[in-house]
Parts: sequence; structure tokens; C-alpha cells
Amino acid sequence: MTEFTPFLSLAGGALIGLAAVLLMALHGRIAGISGIVGGILPPPAADWGWRAAFLVGAVAAPALLIALSGYTIPFDSPAGTPWLIGGGLLVGVGVTLGSGCTSGHGVCGMARLSARSIAATLTFMAATGITVYVVRHLLGGI
Amino acid sequence: MARVLVALLIGLVFGTGIALSGMINPAKVLNFFDVAGSWDPSLAFVMGGALAVTAIGYRLVLKRSAPLFDARFHLPAHREIDLPLLAGAGLFGIGWGIAGFCPGGSIPALGLGEPAALIFVAAMACGIVATRLIRR
Repeated sequence: MTEFTPFLSLAGGALIGLAAVLLMALHGRIAGISGIVGGILPPPAADWGWRAAFLVGAVAAPALLIALSGYTIPFDSPAGTPWLIGGGLLVGVGVTLGSGCTSGHGVCGMARLSARSIAATLTFMAATGITVYVVRHLLGGI
Repeated sequence: MARVLVALLIGLVFGTGIALSGMINPAKVLNFFDVAGSWDPSLAFVMGGALAVTAIGYRLVLKRSAPLFDARFHLPAHREIDLPLLAGAGLFGIGWGIAGFCPGGSIPALGLGEPAALIFVAAMACGIVATRLIRR
């Protein structure tokens, strides 16, 4: 079980949105994390500098939050190592073929009412829901 | 230089949002999808908050002629709903449902020092690079 956190989740979501708006206003870029990550992997994009800096900020944020506020960030990863590797590979292949993930399609694209992003978001949300049902209720967890 | 430093600050805002919202926690993400089991509706609030701010903010920002640090806005030009889009989204969803990490959740999770996040991100990077090599 995880605790239902409507206010914290809404506030966190608003910060995710704020980051997306700032990245568009200042850099003119969609805040799609799979695209930003893809740009620093070989062969790197010409503008890899801001991408690497954004990712450093994103990695540093939880550590800073803990250090400055003492807030404990709940974390639990139920999947075993082989499943993390398999899941990670599938996510990497999927976001590359599908040109985006939860942030790029689900937040930035949906906010622009992009038909491609709405179709992608409906597809991956359905695929995730079915997978979780199969894993937890048919296979009994992994 | 300002462009790169500001990107770091925006990354900090993003990572803080991911950490506070619970998207950093695979168990919480998976519980959102587990309507038939230990359902936790929190992620609907994450999406709601992010979408509301982005929809309003984009509307204001995209009225301008250009962003501050670039000559133009880089918006996807592709409009067609094609097989790679839907197949890719389907594969991504299966991987997300197995591991509980999406890209945006996994990168800040690296900052928690969690080995699971490192394993996932390494595999995801391999998947991205391999797909680009094959499609070239």
C-alpha cells in the first residue's frame, strides 16, 4: 500500500508543469525526459549541454530536498533486477519508436492538444494498466 | 553559459516536482494502475496539476515570437498517428507496468542513490541507443 497524497501530488505536478513552461519559454524545448536523455546518448545532439545540465538538476533535486527540508521521500521498487532490465529495455525501445514518454506526450503534448500525443498517452496508459493487472493479478507479482 | 545554468535550475524544479508528487516511487506509480488491487489515485492529481499549469503556461509562452535563449520554438512537426507511435507507446507502457519507472521518474530516482533506478536507467539507455542504431 502507498498513502493517497492528493495535495502533495497536485503541488508536485504543478512544479513539473512549471518546469515544462520554463523550458519552453527560455529554451523553446518540449520537456520530454526521454528526448532530453536521448540527446546526451551516443550519437549526442549538437545541443547536449543544456540537456546534460537539466538532467544534473533533476538528479540533484531529491538529494537537495532531503538535505534542506529533512523530508523523507517514499521509495519502493517492487520489481526484481531481471524485470528492471527487461522493463528498462522496453521503455528505451518504446520511447524511441514512439517519440516520447509520460512527460513529453502525457504532459507537454497533451497540453498542446496534439493528436499524436493524445493517441500515444491513451495507448501507453492502457498498456501500463493491462501489464500491471497481468503482473499482479494473473502472475501473482514479480 | 546562462542557457546551460538555467537548464540546470529548470531540472531542479522538475526533479523536485517528481520527488514531491510520488512519481519517483515505482510502488506508488504501479498502485495508480492497480485499480483492481491496492489503488492509489494520487497520480491523477500529478497529471492534473502538471497539465493545468502547462496548458495555461504554453498558451501564454507560445504567443511570443521566440524563446529567450533560442531563435525559435522547437515543436514537433510530425502530425500523423502512425504505427511506430502506437507500437512504441505500447512497448513503453508494458515496460512501465513491469518496472514502475517512466523516464521522468527514473532520472530523479538516481539522486536517491537507489540501485534499482541505476539498473533501470542503464537498461533504458541501451534500449534507446540500440533502437536508433537499428532504425538508421
